Amino acid sequence: MNALRVWVEGIGLWSPHLGDFAALRQVLAGERPAPPPKRPAATTLSPNERRRAPDSVLLAVEVAGQAVAMSKRDASILPCVFSSSHGDQPITDYMCATLAQAPAELSPIRFHNSVHNAPVGYWTIATGCLAPSIAVAAQRASFGAGLLEAASQVLTGQRPVLLVCSDTAGSGPLGEVTHCSESFAVALVLAPAAGSSSVATLDLRLLAGHADNPLPEPLVEWRRGNPSATSLALLALLNQGSGRCHLAASTGLDLQVDVACTDKELAE
Amino acid sequence: MPITPLAVTAYTATSALGAGLAAQFDALAHGRSGLRPNDISSAPLACWIGRVEGVDATDLPPALADWDCRNNRLAWLGLQQDGFIQKVRAARTRYGADRIALLLGTSTASIGATEESYRRLDADGGFADNMLRPAIHAPHSLSAFTAAALALTGPCLTVSTACSSSAKVFASAERMIRLGLVDAAVVGGVDTLCDSVLFGFNALELISTAPCRPFDAERDGISIGEAAGFALLERADVAPDAPRLLGYGEASDAHHMSTPHPEGLGAELALKDALARAALDASRVDYINLHGTASRKNDEVEAALVNRNFPTTTRASSTKGYTGHTLGAAGILEAVVALLAIEHGLVPGNLGGETPDPDCGGSFAWHTEQRRIDVALSNSFGFGGNNVCLAFARAGFTA
Repeated sequence: MNALRVWVEGIGLWSPHLGDFAALRQVLAGERPAPPPKRPAATTLSPNERRRAPDSVLLAVEVAGQAVAMSKRDASILPCVFSSSHGDQPITDYMCATLAQAPAELSPIRFHNSVHNAPVGYWTIATGCLAPSIAVAAQRASFGAGLLEAASQVLTGQRPVLLVCSDTAGSGPLGEVTHCSESFAVALVLAPAAGSSSVATLDLRLLAGHADNPLPEPLVEWRRGNPSATSLALLALLNQGSGRCHLAASTGLDLQVDVACTDKELAE
Repeated sequence: MPITPLAVTAYTATSALGAGLAAQFDALAHGRSGLRPNDISSAPLACWIGRVEGVDATDLPPALADWDCRNNRLAWLGLQQDGFIQKVRAARTRYGADRIALLLGTSTASIGATEESYRRLDADGGFADNMLRPAIHAPHSLSAFTAAALALTGPCLTVSTACSSSAKVFASAERMIRLGLVDAAVVGGVDTLCDSVLFGFNALELISTAPCRPFDAERDGISIGEAAGFALLERADVAPDAPRLLGYGEASDAHHMSTPHPEGLGAELALKDALARAALDASRVDYINLHGTASRKNDEVEAALVNRNFPTTTRASSTKGYTGHTLGAAGILEAVVALLAIEHGLVPGNLGGETPDPDCGGSFAWHTEQRRIDVALSNSFGFGGNNVCLAFARAGFTA
């Protein structure tokens, strides 16, 4: 199989330690950036929607907004691939607890916010996006499998695509089995050809087996705490300028990613 | 841009109508509903459901015991039908286990098992020991289980876009095959009845207390069902006699989380996209399996979409009156109905529409019809304004 090549045009990032990709670059340069506010600003949403939106939506919309702004693309025409291993865990915890005690009292709004495609639904509504949108999951492989889906859309459709991978922190009894200790979200705008906003190329190949990606602390710890943070291996290479990492794409397959930055400064 | 059609070399479905294709066909041909009064929720709820017989009595093989939960039992029951496992095994031998993608849609996954864990937490407030199986408490449970059951090691992805989930997988599969990432794909979906969906749709006041009546003037809500369905997609040249996936269309409404766009904007974009990819004029479509949930709004918008785009020679019906709305499994279940329509020359009558809504035009098939079907579409629309239209055709059809 030949490598699939896509161009990175935008990068978004949010965790309790990192307000954006620039903050990760500071950490990797040995600095200590100030942590972001407790809730992501998610300014793409209208104030009304922001009040109603659950944490999973704020998290995904925040990084999507960052990546699209950096790419200078029009969000209303970008197909969207939103990936998440666990969806909105606080809502799942609420629903299962309520159903166990007083099922008839289940909140209708929390129910419609519980669907796995709630973040991409809010995003398309906020941006007026009529393009195809998809919400996916693949356990610890959610970032790698989401990247493969996004790249295949970029190359078959010959148009840029927004990829988001995000997971909220676990809560309640469910949190004890998902082992998601803190929120993490990443977004990339990927394009089929070089353009004025290109910052790097990604060459993707599927390989049998799994390889490890060495990461410095505290990134190793962050990666352990959230399945979406497996993306840190790729984000570290985007900071470094070039290199190779392996992202799980399924139980038995890795996506090998060769990164080559075309813009050494990236987004300052 | 038109796509190169793919061969649908195997397909199967299991629903309230029974296990396997013969049971689906028999009920559709005879206008027999599989709906019954709700006997599954953990607390009483007055509504009708499309429950699959025999799920609880289906045991997983010992090697797959860690995956045990009602959703995966339904998946396993579904995989046993119509020789589907044998056909996948043959494809695995032909292409290699890592050259077949597995792409499944679900909205519930095995959330029923997580609900059960919360109903019987142990003394310290945590999951009981036999529920401490992290893999079944995640949306990917169904796909990871099915990958193990079919011994597939290629790309594996769960699509969860509510009620369009298992229609979207056909599009993802076509893209992967076109790029040469894989040689074949198993697509499908499974959703099971559970408290989350029954009490959730009840909270939204979308559930009827009677059997659902799609496109009926008096319709007052949906009946929820469960189903499992699977299909095997390969390049057309390996199977000249198999039906074809001709095209697909996908679009977003950008309107509201739980109600469709009032003019069906995203649904119409998905339809046009599917026709363009299939290189089809609307007049060539013989049958459309509609989303037709029996909610007031969906059916109003979808009837207008049909009236606007198709001549009356195109026949249209919803089959939710037979199976209930199987949510994340509706895409594959109704893709299978479209394929059965082509194979048997059957237009299933729109069960439940006894007093047709005057909004419905001449395309609506209120009773079962026998006629040749060369091209059939299937509509699937989900929460979040997520719209998909699939186009299938008889082998040898040329637009």
